[in-house]
Amino acid sequence: MTAKVYVTLKRGVLDPQGQAVAHALGRLGFAEAKDARIGKYIELTLDGGGSREEVEKRVDKMCRDLLANLVIEEYRFELVD
Amino acid sequence: MQVAVIRFPGSNCDRDALHVLGGVVAGSSARFAWHKDTALGACDAVVIPGGFSYGDYLRAGAMAAHSPILGAVKEFAARGGPVLGICNGFQILCEAGLLDGALTRNASLHFECRDVHVLVEGRPTPWTAAIPAGRVLRIPIAHAEGRFVHDDVEALEREGRVLFRYADAAGGITDGANPNGSLRNIAGIANRAGNVVGLMPHPERASEAILGGTDGRALFDSLAAHFAGSPARV
Repeated sequence: MTAKVYVTLKRGVLDPQGQAVAHALGRLGFAEAKDARIGKYIELTLDGGGSREEVEKRVDKMCRDLLANLVIEEYRFELVD
Repeated sequence: MQVAVIRFPGSNCDRDALHVLGGVVAGSSARFAWHKDTALGACDAVVIPGGFSYGDYLRAGAMAAHSPILGAVKEFAARGGPVLGICNGFQILCEAGLLDGALTRNASLHFECRDVHVLVEGRPTPWTAAIPAGRVLRIPIAHAEGRFVHDDVEALEREGRVLFRYADAAGGITDGANPNGSLRNIAGIANRAGNVVGLMPHPERASEAILGGTDGRALFDSLAAHFAGSPARV
């Protein structure tokens, strides 16, 4: 099973990288790109049993314990067979 | 007093910290502790130095916060032992939950490497008790992720846990003196108990006149005064 984890900055947290990217897109003629928010995509290959619910619980804990810093980031993930 | 300086793959200024605490500051000796160690051994204080532990993988300090030695540092901190995190050390302490808040990408997007001034304030801690409040220290910074954020800064202020604030040379708290966009110019904080302190500037790099300044030594002299039982001003 594969877990696709997306970690992004919380809405209120300034993203200077994203601002720079949106600005660069504007310069390239993509004026419609008003804002960009940069995050991380993590693909986890999971080995082991357990119900889907149990796997979800484990991945959720992985996100909380390490993959995301909940002070500034939020996360979501999907499981793919 | 015996100080343990934690070393990770990618630490820097670890030798500087060892040099200052193991020779420059009177009455202090220091030794390294390795990131894979599970115990600190006998020591009175812990310094987590700067650098790019584990290559800043995932987030600055995220991997180091889960290294074996951090378990021992957490136990030491829980017993009230003084812990200082410098730069990446500050990031590690935040990631480990020993300090609250987070250090994010500088608003300028630049790696800021220069001397700054910080105003000393807040509640007394072993690392700052001997520094008179209102003192302005000139200390270098060298970081790309130093913009401090916190979701309840009022509580931090109320509890006197803001210890260092970016200031101009006269101690004025201005936007111009803020090198990274930190919330309220915050450069360093303490935990609720006051024994764990983190700051982005590098005091160990400004602890000898030959290196251009000695203001940073005030933190280490303060620690020495703490263990000597004398609240003498440094």
